[in-house]
Amino acid sequence: MEKHQFEFHGGRVRAPKAAPALVGVASSGNLEVLIEPAKLNGACRIEISTAALGFGKIWEAVLRDFFERHQLSDVRISVNDVGATPAVVSLRLDQAVDEFTRPAS
Amino acid sequence: MTAKPKNLTRDWGTQPANRIARLRRAATLFPGKEAPPEAIGRLLAAVIESGDRVCLEGNNQKQADFLAKALAALDPAVVHDLHMVQSVLALPEHLDIFERGIATKLDFSFSGPQGARLARLVGEGRIDIGSIHTYLELFARYFVDLTPRVALIVAEAADRAGNLYTGPNTEDTPAIVEATAFKSGIVVAQVNEVRDTLPRVDIPADWVDFFVHSPAPHYIEPLFTRDPAHISEIQVLMAMMVIKGIYAEYGVQRLNYGIGFDTAAVELLLPTYAADLGLRGKICKYWAINPHPTLIPAIESGFVESIHSFGSELGMEAYIAARPDVFFVGADGSMRSNRAFCQAAGHYACDLFIGSTLQIDLAGNSSTATLGRITGFGGAPNMGADARGRRHASPAWLKAGRESHPQDGGMPRGRKLVVQVVETYREHMEPAFVEKLDAWKLADTAHMPLPPVMIYGEDVTHVVTEEGIANLLACRDDDDREQAIRGVAGYTPVGLARDRRKVENLRDRGVIRRAEDLGIDKRRATRDLLAARSIKDLVRASGGLYDPPRRFRNW
Repeated sequence: MEKHQFEFHGGRVRAPKAAPALVGVASSGNLEVLIEPAKLNGACRIEISTAALGFGKIWEAVLRDFFERHQLSDVRISVNDVGATPAVVSLRLDQAVDEFTRPAS
Repeated sequence: MTAKPKNLTRDWGTQPANRIARLRRAATLFPGKEAPPEAIGRLLAAVIESGDRVCLEGNNQKQADFLAKALAALDPAVVHDLHMVQSVLALPEHLDIFERGIATKLDFSFSGPQGARLARLVGEGRIDIGSIHTYLELFARYFVDLTPRVALIVAEAADRAGNLYTGPNTEDTPAIVEATAFKSGIVVAQVNEVRDTLPRVDIPADWVDFFVHSPAPHYIEPLFTRDPAHISEIQVLMAMMVIKGIYAEYGVQRLNYGIGFDTAAVELLLPTYAADLGLRGKICKYWAINPHPTLIPAIESGFVESIHSFGSELGMEAYIAARPDVFFVGADGSMRSNRAFCQAAGHYACDLFIGSTLQIDLAGNSSTATLGRITGFGGAPNMGADARGRRHASPAWLKAGRESHPQDGGMPRGRKLVVQVVETYREHMEPAFVEKLDAWKLADTAHMPLPPVMIYGEDVTHVVTEEGIANLLACRDDDDREQAIRGVAGYTPVGLARDRRKVENLRDRGVIRRAEDLGIDKRRATRDLLAARSIKDLVRASGGLYDPPRRFRNW
């Protein structure tokens, strides 16, 4: 397992609700994303635990684009990756944000 | 006085005479055309001469396996230096023939499962490869300079006279037999059974010299069955883009493709996503493709008018027989396939080819070559190429032609759509986009005259990835094309090295279109959109007519 942590600042979108959201499954070629509100002085912190070794630069590029898309602040995201491709990672992260920001019904 | 023309002294019938000599040798072994299985080695030794060109029927799917074993078991002191001409190397015996010193030279099309061993034998100097062909090229050469002296073929059944029934997997047989039988060659067929009457005659008896009832039914591979359970959300997303951004955009009615999970996703979205877009009757009506099971929902939902096939697919027999309006079937109810005709159909009568690949370079050239394997081409280069001899028009062909040829008073042209669909990273994080194809290195190490490119960049019109569609027809120059490809190459090194401003500019010009530019909601890209999500769903969609091979049954 390899761990990465990234922090992005300057996000404009605050966590809308207190409840965390979980999407995806920790199975081969897939990943689990947990997204929750956190007091981080406005930062968006993303912690990665991955089975794929040596792809830190790609994670950074994927997550930077993700942050630019959603501009989240005071949010912690935990990713449990089992060798998902960047395409699946981006899709899953977007789904997690969608779930997280959807008004409670 | 005029000189006597030299050619009057030439014997013009050496080939028929040699054929008769071979038949006489065989006539000492058993009476008539039906060879006893135990005599097969002696028959082959009698009709094959050292140095012969021999076609051993190895297709994509059905295999003349009994004859392959018999040929590989011949004594190389007696029969040697054969020149094998066959479309597919699929069985170990196909290479045993070389390893045992019976054959030395090879002309072929595809060697998928034997690619690594083939590369090794070439490296050891045990096989001299003439050329690697596409299917149509090799069949064409059967009628020009690679005519077989002996053809060892495979059929479902023979009658006592030697008429052959090939059943749904006719595949290459007619092309091979026609070339051999009409050039004084010898045709030997292995059959699964000998019957008094055949359901229909696929190959007439007077083109067949011998047949043998093989002890076991011939091997056949369910090559094109894809379990929908393995289709990913990314493939669903790319399929949505293909349908909305290409099929609907160009009104593609006639198509052919390389069967894989990417394209299975597209056909399983026809009854759902494409139907929702109101595209039934407007796209995907006529197909040149094998009758593979993931097409069932599209057929049942009324998208498909007609399908002609290269070969068949195991388990589809009863379904096909029940849909004669769609498939090409004989009076007996079973399908007739024909690889040569279907390849011609894919090349000349289809407006679109779509397929996946392993590597794409910055010019759009694509290749499935990997180091240490010589796998060949199959049919994709013919179907994934603009048919420059085509003259009939269709709306899709004209629209693509307008995009690729500037409307400046020059000669208007049509154009085939050739689409490559790939996820930017394949499994194990292998990038699908590269600066330089591995094909270059393979050409060096395997002493090939050219890098083995499956589809040349100049023939590719669209590249589809999870990041969007690059329309190469709309590129004005090589720089446009390179940045358009980088612009859909995701987080691969090729994609990360994009000129971001230029890519945004290409997006403004519509050369690159993202899912959101096409009005596609990525959140809809889930497996729920697939018309079938398992093999069992396909059985259900077929009304119980599809009978999957055991390995695909998990219930």
